[in-house]
Amino acid sequence: MSEPAEKKTPLYLEHVRLGARMVPFGGWLMPVQYTSIVDEHQTVRNAVGMFDISHMGQFIVSGSNARDWLNTMLTNNVAKLDVGQGQYTFLLNYDGGVIDDLILYRIGETEFLLVVNASKIEEDFCWLEKHRQDGTMLKNRSADFGGVAIQGPRVVDLFHDLLGQSVELPARNHIIDFVISEMPVSIARTGYTGEDGVEVFFRVSDATKFWNLVLERGARLGAKPCGLGARDTLRLEMCYPLNGSDLSAERNPIEAGLGFFVDLQKPNFAGREKLLETKANGARERLIAFKMNGKGPPPRPHYSLLNKGARVGEISSGTLSPSLNIGIGMGYVSAASAKTGTPLEVEIRGQIFPATIEKKPLYKKQS
Amino acid sequence: MNVPDNLLYTKSHEWIRREGDHIRVGITDHAQAELTDVVFVELPKVGTNVEAKAPVAVVESVKAASDIYAPVKGTVVEANNALTNNPALINSDPFGEGWIFALKIDNADDLKNLQSAAAYKDQIEA
Repeated sequence: MSEPAEKKTPLYLEHVRLGARMVPFGGWLMPVQYTSIVDEHQTVRNAVGMFDISHMGQFIVSGSNARDWLNTMLTNNVAKLDVGQGQYTFLLNYDGGVIDDLILYRIGETEFLLVVNASKIEEDFCWLEKHRQDGTMLKNRSADFGGVAIQGPRVVDLFHDLLGQSVELPARNHIIDFVISEMPVSIARTGYTGEDGVEVFFRVSDATKFWNLVLERGARLGAKPCGLGARDTLRLEMCYPLNGSDLSAERNPIEAGLGFFVDLQKPNFAGREKLLETKANGARERLIAFKMNGKGPPPRPHYSLLNKGARVGEISSGTLSPSLNIGIGMGYVSAASAKTGTPLEVEIRGQIFPATIEKKPLYKKQS
Repeated sequence: MNVPDNLLYTKSHEWIRREGDHIRVGITDHAQAELTDVVFVELPKVGTNVEAKAPVAVVESVKAASDIYAPVKGTVVEANNALTNNPALINSDPFGEGWIFALKIDNADDLKNLQSAAAYKDQIEA
């Protein structure tokens, strides 16, 4: 039996035209890089880069009961959102395990936008639909929207050029609708890189036009297209988790150190009991961030993490950090070995390389 | 892609330069372009005996680790220590400063199993 063909985003032909190396990711054929991961990484840290995020899913939840129902499905407190505001949150199973991590925006009094991971669109939708209550409507609009993330310190300059000098971008974690060159777009001040940036959603039919407009107008600011390779090194320097690597149905947000996005004061949401249990008893394993002590092979997923020669866990994400020029990663280790400053060893092809548990994030912007 | 005519090639993208009863080995321009951004090279120890097609070195990019294979049976006589501090030489000068190791070969006839520049060109253009 042959594998089902990967889906293509509305920007597929643009990626090919730009010479991108295309790879399968979450059921989609996506650009991993155009020139080089390191070059694209530095473009985002120093200028501005644009990523195709059209593979990500969009659901609309609306109705008089929408807010209260979503509050029983998601970990963060939906009631705290003003219209136009978004929050990072988790969709959990009853064991507290992560089905998905997503951003929820309140886009109207009783209307919400959920932006979910590409590989989880079907699973999230089925789970939500199965638990849907009266007074709520749930629509999967993923096929109607394309999207890009535009990230880097020059992003405000770029949008002043596109929208006019007097127009202000939304505040951090907020979303506003604009019209750019006759294209209706939603701009959210969010991202996955640690830099100032936006995520922009538009009609599929406008995708190519919007993409090329940004590249053309951004050229003088050093704007370049960037692939999933740089997206991964950028997010890992910030210790932002990747679902499927750092998060899974077997791990809960408390173990992952992401309790900030869980409101245990809420009376009821899927997974709450398990999270209270973890909180009370302490997590058995914790997601830690580490830096290699010296030069050596880059740490990679599934390499063993040791403490004084005894295996205490394994790497969930690892790479050579282009900003720090040293190996970095995250991994789950037993709670007793999870304190900041703990010396660890990484086993790479039978050899041992020293590392140290560091505070998150691993990269801090020099101001 | 640059494929010098005076070298031999493996199917696994190593190039081979004959130097008497020694050979010098690296990865091709095509291979370095595919890997991009080489960030680490694990070199073989001088004196190691290796079989043909055995992994002898590792070249790592940001994304992946790739084994580099011995083209023929032999003994490692040199390793390019310059790559330890500057692994990107593999990207900037794959056929020159970016060489990886040298072997003393057991049997010069083994080189007949390697392919010519023309055959390698066909392979990467296929």
